Amino acid sequence: MKRTLIILLRNPLSLLGVLLVLMVIVLAVFADFIAPFPDHKGAVVDFVYFNQAPSDRNLMGTDLVGRDLFSRIIYAYRISLMLGVVVLVISVPIGVLAGLFAGYRGGKTEFVLMRLTDVFLSIPPLVLAIAMMGVLEPTLLNAMLAVTAMWWPWYARLVYNVARSEREEGYVLAAEVIGASQWHICFREILPNCLPAVITKMTLDMGFVIIIASSLSFLGLGVQPPTPDLGSMVAEGARYLPDSWWLTVFPGLAILVAVFGFNLIGDALREILGAEQ
Amino acid sequence: MTALLSTRNLHKTFGKKRSLVHAVNNVSLDVQAGECLAIVGESGSGKTTLANMLLGVYPQTSGEITLDGQQLPARRTLVHRRAIQLVQQNPLSSLNPRRSVGASVRLGLDVYGIGKPSERWRITEAALEEVGLPAAFRKRSPSALSGGQRQRVAIARALACQSRVVVLDEPTSALDVLVQARVLRLLDRLRRDKGLTYVFITHDLSVVRNIADRVAVFNAGVMVECSDTRRLFEAPQHSYTRSLIAAVPVVTEAEMQLRNTLAEESSK
Repeated sequence: MKRTLIILLRNPLSLLGVLLVLMVIVLAVFADFIAPFPDHKGAVVDFVYFNQAPSDRNLMGTDLVGRDLFSRIIYAYRISLMLGVVVLVISVPIGVLAGLFAGYRGGKTEFVLMRLTDVFLSIPPLVLAIAMMGVLEPTLLNAMLAVTAMWWPWYARLVYNVARSEREEGYVLAAEVIGASQWHICFREILPNCLPAVITKMTLDMGFVIIIASSLSFLGLGVQPPTPDLGSMVAEGARYLPDSWWLTVFPGLAILVAVFGFNLIGDALREILGAEQ
Repeated sequence: MTALLSTRNLHKTFGKKRSLVHAVNNVSLDVQAGECLAIVGESGSGKTTLANMLLGVYPQTSGEITLDGQQLPARRTLVHRRAIQLVQQNPLSSLNPRRSVGASVRLGLDVYGIGKPSERWRITEAALEEVGLPAAFRKRSPSALSGGQRQRVAIARALACQSRVVVLDEPTSALDVLVQARVLRLLDRLRRDKGLTYVFITHDLSVVRNIADRVAVFNAGVMVECSDTRRLFEAPQHSYTRSLIAAVPVVTEAEMQLRNTLAEESSK
């Protein structure tokens, strides 16, 4: 753990990733203190300063009703991160459990769980989310449920593959001969050996979830106004390109920075943890 | 005298109809308390299948296994499992790389409820010391240990359970010669000190000569011969046994001397 952290901070690329992600997290957590106009996260109208280019007062300009873009981007980060965490917190345990049992037990358990996984994997997450929005109300919660439902199978498949190869290792046989419970063998023996792969994938997925959430709100299916969201900001601003370029460029850059940061860390973790195994 | 562990007409088949394989075919053998029975044969002769049935990893197709005159059921209870422990061939994979050495040794204590929970680390450390490792090793990760040390840990894991029979599945074949000799000496000492019974699976006849009281020779799932170690080497009955013994590379007197000197030096 400590060693992983040291290697992570030594490599300039992964260090950049760590710094970017830290910056995003700090902005999101302390949004109320950092944002120059905290009240601009809501339905505020300021016609004196509407559609202003970046200036000393508004670092990233203002939107069409005069709200500070920088403040809104900071609050949008808060929502994006929350979404990422919620999706992963729900889908990772489900996927890990399914993969672990399928990989360890084999036979019918494996058949049922992995074919179910295949069914879910055959539907693209964004398409399902859009379809669900057609049936349900287009709220943030429903969008996230749709994404979560599509996310766990990737973890099931990942953990299944690792667990299936670990199950052939001598230490599993040793625990079976001693008579340890299946619970012990799955969670105490095999799971720790799956975690590096899971953690790496989670880091990479934070970026993907942010993109999916932004894509949904770009299509008008995710976060609803006046709640700030990077995707819907880009969508709104796109109509005023190229004159009011700041409306699209800054939210777009914000997405890029967050996703790029998480991907850099994920790639580095993949190398470090993969080499350990 | 009834044998401690015995099998009667033990049979194991894998696959179905067309591809049916008789991995172990009609094997009846007795292991006396305190002895070391070597099971010898080439790869695929059914040695490990036999071991797995003794350990209850999978049930036999037919026949029976008795321990102390009691028939062992297909689904072993913890009492049965505790009595027969295993030391595997590959010490690299037999210890979980993400658990400490101590946690691996302690597992049996927790499963069988040996000692009070507060005493179990002490018992674990005692088991490590018994196989010649410092007690402080319990906090180490297996990756920090050499092959020989890991195999000692695996032996400590079997010892900590206070089992009666230890199945040793090629315990030295993954180790280099000097380490191999040391591990064999350790095993021999432990057997005498603790009155353990060994089922020693190997393909290495020179190892057999050093440690076994009796030898059972397997060929293609069938036990072709079973006799005292000395008799087996001096007057092998079965032609397969003869060809096995003939295949052992001959060592000259000079080489033998060199080997002994090296072994003595290394043990100092």
